[in-house]
Amino acid sequence: MNFSSLKKNLKKDFSSHKKISIALLGDSSTQLLHTALRGLGYEYEVNLEIFEADYDQVDTLVLNRSSELYQKVFDFIIIFQSTPKIKKNYYKLPEDKQRIDFATNHLNKVCAYYESIKCYNSSSKIIYFNFQELDDNLFGHFANKTNISFRYQVRKINLGLMDLGQKCSDLFILDLASLLSSYGQSFITDPKIFATTELLFSLDFLPIVSKHLLDIIFSIIGRFNKCLILDLDNTLWGGVIGDDGIENIQIGQLGIGKIFTEIQMWTKELKQRGVILAVCSKNEENIAKAPFENHPEMILRLEDIALFVANWHNKAQNIQFIQSTLNIGLDSMVFIDDNPVEREMVKIHLPAVTVPDLPVDPAEYLPYLSSLNLFETASYSENDSIRTQQYKEEANRVIFEKTFINEDDFLRNLEMSSDVGTFSTYNIPRIAQLTQRSNQFNLRTIRYTEDEIKQIASSKIHHTLSFTLKDKFGDHGLISSIILKEVEEKKQAKALFIDTWVMSCRVLKRGMEQFILNQIVTLAKQNGYSTILGEYLPTKKNALVQDLYKNLGMIQYGSHWILNISDYQEKTTFIFKN
Amino acid sequence: MTFEEMIKSVNSIFINILDNDNIVLARETTAKDIEEWDSLSHIQLVVAIEKHFKIRFSSGEIQGFKNVGEMCDNLLTKV
Repeated sequence: MNFSSLKKNLKKDFSSHKKISIALLGDSSTQLLHTALRGLGYEYEVNLEIFEADYDQVDTLVLNRSSELYQKVFDFIIIFQSTPKIKKNYYKLPEDKQRIDFATNHLNKVCAYYESIKCYNSSSKIIYFNFQELDDNLFGHFANKTNISFRYQVRKINLGLMDLGQKCSDLFILDLASLLSSYGQSFITDPKIFATTELLFSLDFLPIVSKHLLDIIFSIIGRFNKCLILDLDNTLWGGVIGDDGIENIQIGQLGIGKIFTEIQMWTKELKQRGVILAVCSKNEENIAKAPFENHPEMILRLEDIALFVANWHNKAQNIQFIQSTLNIGLDSMVFIDDNPVEREMVKIHLPAVTVPDLPVDPAEYLPYLSSLNLFETASYSENDSIRTQQYKEEANRVIFEKTFINEDDFLRNLEMSSDVGTFSTYNIPRIAQLTQRSNQFNLRTIRYTEDEIKQIASSKIHHTLSFTLKDKFGDHGLISSIILKEVEEKKQAKALFIDTWVMSCRVLKRGMEQFILNQIVTLAKQNGYSTILGEYLPTKKNALVQDLYKNLGMIQYGSHWILNISDYQEKTTFIFKN
Repeated sequence: MTFEEMIKSVNSIFINILDNDNIVLARETTAKDIEEWDSLSHIQLVVAIEKHFKIRFSSGEIQGFKNVGEMCDNLLTKV
């Protein structure tokens, strides 16, 4: 998309699109960034309501509690301070000993911004641009050997921002320095335009930087890619396995095999980071699997692939099968195939799937795929690396289930057990992640950060429950968390309101819902509550649970669902409580 | 290329960028005569004209043109 078409989008109707409120603050002119960002939002079906601060008012707005920034709650606050501007401040410092502290002082200022925003506008997420590592070449390459060079100080700020990002869970960094090294200074800015208007970015770069801002925003609100579906022949290796045979496919040393080795390494890293891998290939299954089992130079092995689909059905059908087996949304899938006909087929039948148009030359696949930033994420935990393993186990369960006619027999034979606990330091990151990632089994879709979860864990008016699930095929880990809040009910006895009930869709149809309700009731009894209240807030994605409370036997009362503890009959499940 | 041909090509760029089919440029036309032509769309026009004719304006030039005619004269010296 070029800037002009994004600008033309502003005249279109945004009314049916999801609203996201944003404050945009900069030390250079931000009008065109505002235009590009809002216009690009239209393409992704979001209505970005952008408050654009007056020019160069970052300190005034952020540090002052009574400023416009704190008159309403923004979903996101974007702060864009730029290298040319901080360079001016740097030059104003007369003495070297002040210059040595420049980066530290700047980082302290960013810290102060973060603390102010958290204090005055707690739920906003902050996106801060890091800095273009431009040099004035006052020192030439020697800048690397002295800490009073501007380049040294800028790099120190950028590294410091990465450290700050790890400490501050609601601070996200837009990596402008990295975009600069991909696109080049002469592409991202136009000196003539900057000189005459203070607009730092070129018109050609504005759609790109806007896309990267949206990537961050979407990852935070739970819209991101979770699964990578791979074709095999001429995508993961050179050649056709069915025709060329295992000894002649190009991987590793043979032919252009190095290219495919690198693609496989990238894919394996994605798997380690928590992206689920699946294979979708037109092949005989045993032939397609052979390289994964026997080729010494393959990087990917069968255990890396959650679901391996090789047959002669069309790929749209097979991707639907993958979707239903793994139970994740089509809009969180990326499909990579060298064949334009297959890609077109999938695009037409499954428009929600992301299908990159690979370049013709395999050598360009990986640079192209990396440039798309397909797998932005808002969190990372150690659990992520075993996600493919968990989905693989799930696929095995689906196949196991088919051997039972009676569902209870199936559930009994799964040998399920669950650890029931409360929120603790150990599981808080995973719980926050569940509230951020879960879209389908999520009754109220309230997103919580780690800090907020910590507060809830120590709050006197909240009770918390966490659940793991294990069975004969493997351990799902922590799959559900519940936040219960004490509420007054008509001056009578106190009730427990289910503020949050999120559950991983991987454990649907196991009786987990019934098991969880039993535990909620037990907790309520122990603490002297007489009623439990539930609420369902519909979103585009959570229709799955619209009848959950009804099916669990709760009674509708207005917009709420009620359960009287005295009438409650414990539900039968096949899950053993550890 | 004649001045008339030049102003005609520039005219179609204005129509496209400013999203207004009724724009008719003349030698004397200035930003005051066209509602959509503000300081921000001016940048878009400059960039679009540069790309179309594969030329570069200088920072002095983009601020200094008195009217469309002056810009077209300048363009004619560059293409």
